[in-house]
Amino acid sequence: MTRLIDLKGAIFLGLLAAFCLVVPVLNLAVPAGSGLHLPTYLVSLFGKYLAYALLAVSLDLVWGYCGILSLGHGAFFALGGYAMGMYLMRQIGARGVYGNPVLPDFMVFLNYKELPWYWLGFDHFAFAALMVLLVPGLLAFLFGWLAFRSRVTGVYLSIITQAMTYALMLAFFRNDMGLGGNNGLTDFKDLLGFNVQSQNFRVGIFVATGVALALGYLIARVMTVSAYGKILIAVRDAESRTRFLGYRPEHFKTLAFTVSAMMAGVAGALYVPQVGIINPGEFAPGNSIEAVIWVAVGGRGTLVGAALGAIVVNYAKTVLTGAMPDAWLFALGALFVVVTLFLPRGIVGTLVERFGGRRAAAKLPPEPAIPPKLAEEGQGS
Amino acid sequence: MIRLLTLLALLLAGPALAQAPDPYAQLAGDGYAEIEAGVAGLAASGDPRAGAVLSALSDGRLLARPSDKALFMRQGAALVDAKTGAPAADDPSLKAVRTNNRVRRGIEAAQGQLNLVSPDPAKRREAADAVFKARDAAALPALDTALAREKDAGVRQAMTEARAAVVLAKSGTSEADKLAAIPAIQARGDGDAMGILRGLQADPSEGVRAAAGRGIAAIETRLALLRALQNVWYGISLGSVLLLAAIGLAITFGVMGIINMAHGEMVMLGAYTTYLVQEAIRTKAPALFPWSLAISIPCAFLVAGLVGVLIERCIIRFLYGRPLETLLATFGVSLALQQGVRSIFGPTNREVGAPAFMSGAFDLFGLSITWGRLWIIAFAFAVFLGLLFVLRKTSFGLKTRAVTQNRRMAAAMGIRTPYVDALTFGLGSGIAGIAGVALSQIDNVSPNLGQGYIIDSFLVVVFGGVGNLWGTLVAALTLGVVNKLAEPYIGAVLAKIGLLIFIILFIQKRPRGLFALKGRAVES
Repeated sequence: MTRLIDLKGAIFLGLLAAFCLVVPVLNLAVPAGSGLHLPTYLVSLFGKYLAYALLAVSLDLVWGYCGILSLGHGAFFALGGYAMGMYLMRQIGARGVYGNPVLPDFMVFLNYKELPWYWLGFDHFAFAALMVLLVPGLLAFLFGWLAFRSRVTGVYLSIITQAMTYALMLAFFRNDMGLGGNNGLTDFKDLLGFNVQSQNFRVGIFVATGVALALGYLIARVMTVSAYGKILIAVRDAESRTRFLGYRPEHFKTLAFTVSAMMAGVAGALYVPQVGIINPGEFAPGNSIEAVIWVAVGGRGTLVGAALGAIVVNYAKTVLTGAMPDAWLFALGALFVVVTLFLPRGIVGTLVERFGGRRAAAKLPPEPAIPPKLAEEGQGS
Repeated sequence: MIRLLTLLALLLAGPALAQAPDPYAQLAGDGYAEIEAGVAGLAASGDPRAGAVLSALSDGRLLARPSDKALFMRQGAALVDAKTGAPAADDPSLKAVRTNNRVRRGIEAAQGQLNLVSPDPAKRREAADAVFKARDAAALPALDTALAREKDAGVRQAMTEARAAVVLAKSGTSEADKLAAIPAIQARGDGDAMGILRGLQADPSEGVRAAAGRGIAAIETRLALLRALQNVWYGISLGSVLLLAAIGLAITFGVMGIINMAHGEMVMLGAYTTYLVQEAIRTKAPALFPWSLAISIPCAFLVAGLVGVLIERCIIRFLYGRPLETLLATFGVSLALQQGVRSIFGPTNREVGAPAFMSGAFDLFGLSITWGRLWIIAFAFAVFLGLLFVLRKTSFGLKTRAVTQNRRMAAAMGIRTPYVDALTFGLGSGIAGIAGVALSQIDNVSPNLGQGYIIDSFLVVVFGGVGNLWGTLVAALTLGVVNKLAEPYIGAVLAKIGLLIFIILFIQKRPRGLFALKGRAVES
């Protein structure tokens, strides 16, 4: 009924493909002296945006289609990043400052005698890649299975996801965690034999991120237009009614949450080699909330909008923090307020509403209101 | 005739002098040994002037006239006769009485002995404690004398402990004496007592070793209990901070259903208001400084409350019924407020002073309790009770409850719901501002002050049960006490992580918190 690739999806994939073609050409083929040449640092910056866009798509899958406002998606992103970071640390080998062939520098510094058990296997890329998917996926599965089964919804769910990422941040800040404490993991040398500093690698990982974003979008799209997606939307709009119709909302939600977390993990894994560091600051609750605003700006429940929002907001952040550092937080704050007040459907949602006819306009229902409180207070007095 | 009489007097006094030489004369004597004997004699004499003379001696203010061995004390500019206290004329021939280390030790011991029989119980107790610390066997006779005539039970106990400590430290004490002394030390039950008993574990007598071992075990139990109590106290203190931080949120989030991420910034605004009030007082009216916090409380309430009303009128009123979007909008407000304060006051911490009545500590059954913490706890409870009163007993509280329970019905009854909304949000924000006044005393006043409390505040409100003020109170105190009890075993960070995980799991079990509202309206 609904086509897998609709108009906005086609525009998005087309633009993404063009972007992934033009950027490498401008960087590699155009000589450095030319005005059209794109410096390598910009390639990495764009790659970072694309990784954020993938995170935003994963968040939109659960928030836009399932009504789960996760304030902890930064945690899945960071866990994926850490899994990649651990692989990159093991690749340093004896080239570290202390020259220890097995232990990363920070472990030598902290007097570790041998590699902790959870570092085993991270010298193989395939294993690390598996962990990028498994660790966030498993955490999301456990968390979602517990929370959705107990019918924790709405505000409560948002707050416990925030508590989750906060707890992880505190945990990763500990030196005893064996993951670099507050310095995190950094000083990477190479990935699959390519030097992470080299121009070719930078371009390669940029393209890889673009491909991952396209794949992530397609997966989310397949999930949301299928029969499964219909029920997901039904759960979002009327969970109790869906349950009474004989479906198990917790199964649908848990699957969406787990897939979304894995996607966020991949985004984190692609992000880390491009910025060259992963530290516990990535778990900060503020980061997760910022990701939510990307989705809100672009338009939740559109997938394309989420990706677009991430890119637009982060581009604005780069420009503004460079030009007027003090103004950035004012601008971001104002953005949060303006979008929620005047653009509740986000950029893409508003465009679709204007040009897409009635069918699309009915897509986004109001959130269920929090019921009136104080009933007990009232009875008590 | 006069000579004859003098001779007679000397003859009569001679035997008396031989029995107990005049300590004053000995002090005026030539050798150190004689001076030392004089010091001891003076201490034993029970002379009421002995204390003053000894302290004059130790300060080098005691002077002797070589011609007739008369003693004088210099008191400021004046010179008085040491024996009588009568004023005396200055004399160039006066020489200071010299001391050496032996004499000085003698003076210390003598002063201790003197204090043991001082009329002031506090002095006697101090002296007993000094003997306990020094464990000087020489003080034993004086201690026994003092103990025999001591009436005050507390001082008696201190003296018994001191005596026991001396007896145990002295070489050559019999086993029976040691065994008799151990219970007194054990009863003292602190770290010093433990140290003495540990020393006894090398004792040759097995009975003494066993008794000391039992004493150590008993003291350890007592100390563990004391530590636990101290931790409970710290926990209540932390709980009161959590309560202060969360109580405003219990209104804006718990009662109104707004996920107010700018709540922490209201706390921060309250703290900065305190800073501004103190600055104004410092420059304009320094005499008012002890009252600065009391003055700050209404100011902080007004500042934060007004900002709250402004936020409600400009933003939140458009978002009722969309709780998750209030989260985003208020998060934006919080970012802007943080940056605004940072732009005005700079990113560094601001100094907020503490009035004198909030500094210092006192001792309660071995627990050390700081006044500042005690005030904050009392303040937190006062704010809680005040809020409860406003919500339950005032017309405004009635209207607030009516509007949050059933907005349309309340409007139909003639309540101006937008007005009540704005004031309720203002009340919650104002309470957060008041919390900022208290938190400025224990935390850094910086633009990031509020961020440190926001997650904890939400967890407290959710854990306690949304919409239930008593739940917030119980949750804050529970989380505070559990956190502090766990800290000694697993460290502060792990305790905090454990608590977060506990709350996450707890919400699974009871999705609506400790004291959940019941009824069908809660679902959906």
